[in-house]
Amino acid sequence: MGIEVNGKVYEVDEEGYLSNIQEWEPGVAEVMAKEDNLTLTDEHWDIINFLREYYEEYQIAPAVRVLTKAVGKKLGKDKGNSKYLYGLFPYGPAKQACRYAGLPKPTGCV
Amino acid sequence: MSEVVKKFMYLNRKAPYGTIYAWESLEVVLIGAAFDQEVSLMFMDDGVFQLTKGQDTTGIGMKNFSPTYRTLGDYEVKSIYVDADSLVARGLTQDDLVQVAWEDWESGEEKENIVEVVDAARVKEIMEESDVIFSF
Repeated sequence: MGIEVNGKVYEVDEEGYLSNIQEWEPGVAEVMAKEDNLTLTDEHWDIINFLREYYEEYQIAPAVRVLTKAVGKKLGKDKGNSKYLYGLFPYGPAKQACRYAGLPKPTGCV
Repeated sequence: MSEVVKKFMYLNRKAPYGTIYAWESLEVVLIGAAFDQEVSLMFMDDGVFQLTKGQDTTGIGMKNFSPTYRTLGDYEVKSIYVDADSLVARGLTQDDLVQVAWEDWESGEEKENIVEVVDAARVKEIMEESDVIFSF
């Protein structure tokens, strides 16, 4: 399986997660969002970039409760709650945003 | 949140690579964080190598998951203990180990490092206080 971004094909697994994190580029997120009928705003990118930084530092994708707390700390309390995050990523902030960010599915997510 | 809070201890005794035990243990800790229990980790024997700084796995083609230990404070892990004798026997000191910060998000209480080197008597005490011990 694969997704096509600007003429280049990226391999993804059966759940649509990018196979190779190193290959990620912003266009990957744009294409994945478009398939979900979603337009990425700056608010979406704040979360996607945050996830990539978190992964870079800790080598895992955070569980949703950890993501919620950490976003609240970094981007402000008004954003550190599930209502705000689910508003941005209706398929689940950890799962959907991690997929756009090119990360593996968060540990413990089913 | 939950009615009964139990003291869970994850006991880690094996080197980080070569077997899957260290990574499996870490994954169970990360997943188990959702259950709101009081969680501690104990590192003994070759398990102390799991916490060493500066791991480089390029030669063995495995993912270096040692940075992940530093996020355990965010996953409800309150205490991380390291057996002093196991450290000494391997020529290691606390300076060779990663630091794990902990913060209570509600109260704002912070600890710079929850990794604590403990002697054999204290190891025994901590084990006796635990309700459940998962051995890896």
